[in-house]
Amino acid sequence: MLEITLGHYLTVAAILFTLGVFGIFLNRKNVIIILMSIELMLLAVNINFVAFSTFKHDMVGQVFAMFILTVAAAEAAIGLAILVIYFRNRGTIAVEDINQMKG
Amino acid sequence: MIFVTFAFYLFAFVTIASGIMVISAKNPVHSVMWLILAFFSAAGLFVLMGAEFLAMLLVIVYVGAVAVLFLFVVMMLDINFVEMRQGFLQYLHQGLLVGLILLVEIVTLVSTWPYGTTVVENIASPMPEAVDVNNTVALGQILYTDYIYPFQVAGLILLVAMIGAIVLTFRRRPGIKRQNIMVQNARRPEDSFEVVDVKSGEGI
Repeated sequence: MLEITLGHYLTVAAILFTLGVFGIFLNRKNVIIILMSIELMLLAVNINFVAFSTFKHDMVGQVFAMFILTVAAAEAAIGLAILVIYFRNRGTIAVEDINQMKG
Repeated sequence: MIFVTFAFYLFAFVTIASGIMVISAKNPVHSVMWLILAFFSAAGLFVLMGAEFLAMLLVIVYVGAVAVLFLFVVMMLDINFVEMRQGFLQYLHQGLLVGLILLVEIVTLVSTWPYGTTVVENIASPMPEAVDVNNTVALGQILYTDYIYPFQVAGLILLVAMIGAIVLTFRRRPGIKRQNIMVQNARRPEDSFEVVDVKSGEGI
């Protein structure tokens, strides 16, 4: 309990990842919160990478955590840009109303 | 040792508590604030693990750029958030069920997973001792040599994201007055005024 091991960090990451999934269920209408939940999940994955990197003495985990950070930033930028133009065109961002591409 | 343990539990608790607040806050602006706190405490966890460079990167990229971007969009869009909250608890039971199952599965997996003895032999880039080389130098030494191509691709992804965001949100609005620099520069004195010979006592 007093010694912090790999399992402690992995458990924190698991709880954070679950919170991200739960957030998507809870905020079915609000796309902004869904994007934030995705950021939480990516953060949990990053914690996993860095934890394995530290406890297994391999630097590659930190390199890949950096790449995930890059992709997360790009994803947030594109997602919010799509959100802004969608709101400009339709005047709403409710998820139920996003059905124009339905065949 | 006791301080490290205390710091871990503090940062872990704050990270998870602010994660809960992100998904349950009534106001999306508050959600963004809690998200910033979550990233900040996760950066603290990174420091505890010895990944100082990534911790600072997390603060700079997420708190400095992504969270501000979220805040900007939340405040810019004129959305009725009260209406958005309707049906908030509609999927609570299914969400709790799926989340609980997922959590139990992941925790069971990570707590019982036996690490093979070959894990130590298959290390791609061994971490140098912290007293010899600090974390930033160690990361740079392999990032710019062994992982130069993924690094370049990461830069390309950022470029594509930047161009994509600009192309998506750019719009040319008709019917508004704009400065036309070419027309301004092509103006000649003879186009814009003439000298009139006014006779005395008559006026123009």
